[in-house]
Amino acid sequence: MIAEHVAFGIIAAVMVASALRVVTTRDIMHAALYLVIVLAGVASLFLLVGAEFTGITQILIYIGAVIVLFLFGIMLTRSDFDQDEETDHKRKFPAILTALLLLAVMVGALVDRFEDVKLDANLPGGQTPQTTAQVSDELFSQYIVPFEAVSVLLLAALIGAIVIARREEGG
Amino acid sequence: MTGAAVMSSLLAAEVPYWASTIIKLGVVALVIPTAALMLGYVFLMKMMSFMQSRLGPMEAGPYGTLQLLADGLKFLQKEDIFPAKADRTVFALAPLVVLVSTFLIYVVIPTGPDAVVAQLDVGIFYALAVSSLSVVGILMAGWASANKYALMGGLRAAGQLIAYELPLVLAVMGVVIQAGTLDLQKIVTAQAEGEIFGWGGIGNPFILTQFVGFFIFLVAVQAETTQPPFDMPVAESEIVGGYQVEYTGFRFLFFFMGEFGTAFAFAALAAVLFLGGWALPWGDLTHWGFNIAGPVILLVKVMAVSALIFWFRFTYPRLREDQLQRLAWKFLIPLSLVNIVVTGIFKVVL
Repeated sequence: MIAEHVAFGIIAAVMVASALRVVTTRDIMHAALYLVIVLAGVASLFLLVGAEFTGITQILIYIGAVIVLFLFGIMLTRSDFDQDEETDHKRKFPAILTALLLLAVMVGALVDRFEDVKLDANLPGGQTPQTTAQVSDELFSQYIVPFEAVSVLLLAALIGAIVIARREEGG
Repeated sequence: MTGAAVMSSLLAAEVPYWASTIIKLGVVALVIPTAALMLGYVFLMKMMSFMQSRLGPMEAGPYGTLQLLADGLKFLQKEDIFPAKADRTVFALAPLVVLVSTFLIYVVIPTGPDAVVAQLDVGIFYALAVSSLSVVGILMAGWASANKYALMGGLRAAGQLIAYELPLVLAVMGVVIQAGTLDLQKIVTAQAEGEIFGWGGIGNPFILTQFVGFFIFLVAVQAETTQPPFDMPVAESEIVGGYQVEYTGFRFLFFFMGEFGTAFAFAALAAVLFLGGWALPWGDLTHWGFNIAGPVILLVKVMAVSALIFWFRFTYPRLREDQLQRLAWKFLIPLSLVNIVVTGIFKVVL
């Protein structure tokens, strides 16, 4: 059990440090790359609690696709490494305030809900990790309605994106 | 002691967790350069030469077998040059990201009943996820080089990802539906123990039922490993090497190993998914001997798949980026969706 705690501590520290760098660095490309580290940290936390499928999905979707789109966008629109005027942290006090409020709300909610809950300490070692088959069984029986709702939502977003792109193309 | 006893005592020996991890990492770290060397020599140097009626390298070692080792040594001696305007940290890290992505794929490739670094429940899904990390490294290289050709190469690589990623994943779906698992080890056993209409003489390699998936997978792999005809991100004759243009010495060597190591890994994945992997359909699959024979069997299949990949590479002229997009979105993706539906219907009916 102690190994998991040490691993969690290291991952969490790296994530917090990188997350701070995402918002404090003035080079937007570096910000995106620090975000890669944060997202990889999330994936490793999922792996640490035995949620293999979720962890790998995190890597495939966020690092493999979302970040690549970020980088793609930055490379298309910026031309040099010069520090950008737009990233001069003009609104840093409202941003800090929002972040602190969010932190307070989330810590409050989590402590309120899980204060007395004892998680099974043997999960990573004794129990087998949650398998993909278990995930899909639950997804397509218990959670079928939310799953379908999300599918429709994504489809709508997809069609919306195409419509907007087409309209601008036509002028 | 008999061979079986030696083998089982070797495998059952209580090695501490950290020691077995280090051994496994060491094995993978040795396999990647070896794989890159083999593909580079057999196909890039010799097969291409023979297809073009020339001999290829003949001087270093018998039949030029040591040519790539000599090249590797040459790369290691070279100066580690950074362009003056480069973003140094990102520039230095980019080849490592590509190589780590390659390294991570090897972790799940099974080469025997016990000879696998990590048998993951999410197997093939993991392999496809980590393989997509290499694009981040390529984009880093393209950006940090402060060179317009490198930038264009990086952009092309990202555009190419949009084209091949979906067919690559969808092509595998048919196999996953048939085997009923994502675990590569279980996919191997499903093929070895499978039967064709009640006849188990050659097992049931999924290439027989999933030949459409095999074809789509190979095309997508060709694009993923930026082999011609889909080498637009490198394209020496257009953008003088793309994202690699500013790299020299051992950092260039990393890109080279990444490219050929990934080609080898994907050939191995194709061999595992469609050709039965390390197993032969005869005999006891849990027999210790497969831990020694398995890698050899797998290697034969990998070389066969690689021969196909490089055969395409040396045969077809380069496509344009938009032609690849059209090929992927108007042909490969619909075809793989049809393949999934048909496979699903057969899975339910049979």
